[in-house]
Amino acid sequence: MSDAFTPIVAGSALGGDAPAPATPRNVPLTGGEANPSAAALRTRFGDAIRRAHVVRGETNVVVANDRLLDVVRWLHDDPAQRYEYLSDVTAVEHRDPEHPIEVVWHLRSIAYRRFLRLKVELARGAELAVPSVWSVYRSADWLERECYDMFGIRFTGHPDLRRILLWEDYREGFPLRKDFPLRGRFSRAEQLRQALAANPEARYSMEELSVVDAFADLPEEMRRRLKAGEKAGE
Amino acid sequence: MGLTSRPDAAVSFEPPAQESWITTKLDFLVNWARANSLWPMPFGTACCAIEFMASAASDFDLARFGMERMSFSPRQADVLICAGRLPFKLAPIIRRIWQQMPQPKWCISMGACASTGGMFDTYAVTQGIDTVVPVDVYVPGCPPRPDALIYGIMLLQEKVKKERAADPTLRREIEPDPKSQLYLPPSLIDELSEPFGNSVHQTRSGL
Repeated sequence: MSDAFTPIVAGSALGGDAPAPATPRNVPLTGGEANPSAAALRTRFGDAIRRAHVVRGETNVVVANDRLLDVVRWLHDDPAQRYEYLSDVTAVEHRDPEHPIEVVWHLRSIAYRRFLRLKVELARGAELAVPSVWSVYRSADWLERECYDMFGIRFTGHPDLRRILLWEDYREGFPLRKDFPLRGRFSRAEQLRQALAANPEARYSMEELSVVDAFADLPEEMRRRLKAGEKAGE
Repeated sequence: MGLTSRPDAAVSFEPPAQESWITTKLDFLVNWARANSLWPMPFGTACCAIEFMASAASDFDLARFGMERMSFSPRQADVLICAGRLPFKLAPIIRRIWQQMPQPKWCISMGACASTGGMFDTYAVTQGIDTVVPVDVYVPGCPPRPDALIYGIMLLQEKVKKERAADPTLRREIEPDPKSQLYLPPSLIDELSEPFGNSVHQTRSGL
């Protein structure tokens, strides 16, 4: 999948006369110096970049949903950008009826010491689906699974999109949505009954993309005892 | 005084008028040995486990109670100490651990989260491990100091020392029997718990 490991030295692309990194002081709430990648994105992608604004010294770029994968791939591959590191994929649900939910990507360029936040706004009533960036960043695998687990956003192109924090057959919905009640949708007794019905020894098969029983993997002697009707653990 | 035996035969025990000298002395010996060599099975899921580790370290020294060996295999353990909150995802696992522990076995629920769910009254956390495994001693605190845990262990030792081998209800694991007078169906439990925040009728947000 990858070549030999080559370390990336922080700030190595900035040149020798670049100022030493310092903690920013007196950062305004909005405005200020934007990340130069935002202007480069505008010239490269034009209308696909909806907005770019600076909040607390960090640049947010709102991207069209259908061009997101191109934007991320270009940011990763272009030698003048070099965003090597995807640090987070998450979503925000607002109480704004026009833009109810948006998906957020945090990109970091170690060589240029830059931080860029990409956003895709999903319109009201639109399908909750955005392109997966797994083909660019392998770290998107679990981050996108967590985002799917909590918000129910489908990442098209993800190889193995399923729940990661909650258990596989969780049926109550997506907990970080605004309409999800804090204590869940089912009663406590029903939640406990469903949780206890889970088999702790079931495991997941990537080949079959499903939960399979681990019985065949048990040692021969244990299989024989279980077949003879012995209750596990007693 | 109007005392009658409890209605359910499964939990009532009327000791014979006089137990024999051999039984009582044997009970004393066995209970003395058991109470002073409780091997804990630590099930630490949260910050209570840090306090539990502090209890086992040299300042508080659980070895004084015969607990110098943390038994990380449930098959060699006597006490399940659940230190921390128990998510629903772990509920089948702690029940499997409890089933794997051989008799005699006891359980200490350490901290507010393990005892009641604590502040985590959410979709993901069981409201007390006693909904999954039977608990002998609850230790309050968030997290409890090692002193509190040691006090709970001493209470458990008192309980162990009062056991009688002749008691037929001891160590019997009772599955809920719908015919018993003590049985409450889950629907009734839901109905009773509704005023205290049952999730079904919780207020939803507008969006």
